[in-house]
Amino acid sequence: MRRDRTVPALVIAAVVLLAAAPLAPQWLVFLLALALAKGLVVLGLVLLMRTGLVSFGQGLYFGLGAYAAALLAHRGGIADAALMIVAGTACAAVLAAILGLLLARYREIFFAMLSLAFSMILYGLLVKSSALGSTDGFNLHAKSFAGVVLSAGIERRVFFAASVVLACAVAWVMHRYGSSHWGRLSAAIRDNELRVEYLGASVYRVVYVNYVAACALAGMGGAFAALAVGHVDPETAYWTTSGEFVFVAILGGTGNVLAPFLAAAIFEGLRTVANQYAPNVWQMSLGLAMLAIIMFLPGGLWTLLKRRSG
Amino acid sequence: MNDLLAVLFDGVVYSSWLFLMAAGLTLIYGVMRILNIAHGSLYALGAYTAATLAGAWLEAGHAAVGTYAMLAAAALLVGAVMGPLLERGLLQWMYGKDEVVLLLITYAAFLILEDTIKLIWGVESKLLSEPYSLPGNFQIGELAFPVYNLILIAVAVVTGLAVAWALYRTRQGKLLLAVIHDREMSAALGINVDRVYLATFTVGSMLAALGGALTAPAIAVSPGIGVEVIVLSFAVVVVGGLGSLGGAALGALMVGIVRSFAVRYWPEAELFTIYFVMAMVLIARPKGLFSAPEARKI
Repeated sequence: MRRDRTVPALVIAAVVLLAAAPLAPQWLVFLLALALAKGLVVLGLVLLMRTGLVSFGQGLYFGLGAYAAALLAHRGGIADAALMIVAGTACAAVLAAILGLLLARYREIFFAMLSLAFSMILYGLLVKSSALGSTDGFNLHAKSFAGVVLSAGIERRVFFAASVVLACAVAWVMHRYGSSHWGRLSAAIRDNELRVEYLGASVYRVVYVNYVAACALAGMGGAFAALAVGHVDPETAYWTTSGEFVFVAILGGTGNVLAPFLAAAIFEGLRTVANQYAPNVWQMSLGLAMLAIIMFLPGGLWTLLKRRSG
Repeated sequence: MNDLLAVLFDGVVYSSWLFLMAAGLTLIYGVMRILNIAHGSLYALGAYTAATLAGAWLEAGHAAVGTYAMLAAAALLVGAVMGPLLERGLLQWMYGKDEVVLLLITYAAFLILEDTIKLIWGVESKLLSEPYSLPGNFQIGELAFPVYNLILIAVAVVTGLAVAWALYRTRQGKLLLAVIHDREMSAALGINVDRVYLATFTVGSMLAALGGALTAPAIAVSPGIGVEVIVLSFAVVVVGGLGSLGGAALGALMVGIVRSFAVRYWPEAELFTIYFVMAMVLIARPKGLFSAPEARKI
């Protein structure tokens, strides 16, 4: 058996990114911070995909996390980034714990559509709530991290460093989870859930727990994205945002916990380039890339890396 | 009383339009098991083509009545070109994959078409008001309604009846029902399943384009109109039960009337109510109102 190099790779990635936090130019920090935030959401989505479920509504928790974090600073007057991240994650987890009771009973296209419906409900509420800035959303500004007041200019770098540490920790936990008892049950559910039930395991419980975990990650990603951008708007909960997450998940593949982050970084990088040079064909290139991956690389870009090293 | 009547009428108008969209979507799903996200792009293509054709017709100095023919021509044209193009060019290579993967493939097609539309027609909005204003208004009590809305309702009813007739009363329709029921057995009995798929997808595309063409006179045709339509028609189809024509009609009526009540009495909740209805129906009946029970396969 080939040795698993995921953990060393994680450590190296963490060290490199932490070194980049104070040194890299502002634009790169912004891009990487956004990629990490979305990578967290996609990591959750990948967890669901390993269970055989595709959610077309992760925007619900992404948007909720972003708004929860932003509102804490904007209305609650608590402009502490660490608390905002906790708030975003917790709100998403609580909502997922409620909706999950229902959604864990659905599969395939019905799961996808119902989660889409829930995300559109949030979008509908946000668009019409003038107190929250309707379609424009509002700006937020975090002034401290875990009680330490930050001077202007370096705060984004500090948030980025925090997201590096947290994302690597989450990725490590997910990696361990994948080879744990429940992680393997998830894969079995994807293959044939009726047989899993016959063997005495509760499919419902596994799906439920995976769903809540995935959505908590989406909320965390949303809070980080809000911190990185400094602005929230209803677009975060729109179905095209959810579609983007699904795209990134497919781009990376479900083979490894690092794949979502890698794919998110590629995605954000390409988007930056496309915005500059070819804004009119951006969606078209996304569509073509998606078709190409589904046809020729069903395991995502990660299979390319694996092929070379294996 | 008048108020209520007006709200109901608006609801039925909206439902008619929703039904045209949903009927194509549900037909395609019923036969091919594809939930077609690109349906929204076909709708947008229908609207743009209608605006362009009718605009050219008026520019050439013909009578404004002819624009109605142009709307119909746009729907037929878009369906006849895009249906086979998508089905033969893309989807036929994908049959047999998971439903969710097929959903993603049509999502990719949607992304490609969205930019194609922008490249062809640019980003400025197109206006085509003649077919809408030409027949004038009629009165219910003190309120005036455009006659065009009556035309829309009539077209939806006629289309629905025509599709139902074709499905249940003609030989081709019965072959199609056989394919829905059991694809492999139908193929074994000599039904040309490929042709049924192609025909279904083309007709479904025409219905989407018709929905777009008929809406074009009432709105400003601009980029992104397809994006919202998709989730709306998804909601309708899922409420009714995927693959059921009657379900699509009932779902369209429910969503349309609930929406028009919300718009009148509680405008902040417009979008909320639509998806709320969808979520409630799915909670009560996980596969929609009209759906046959399915056996779980081991």
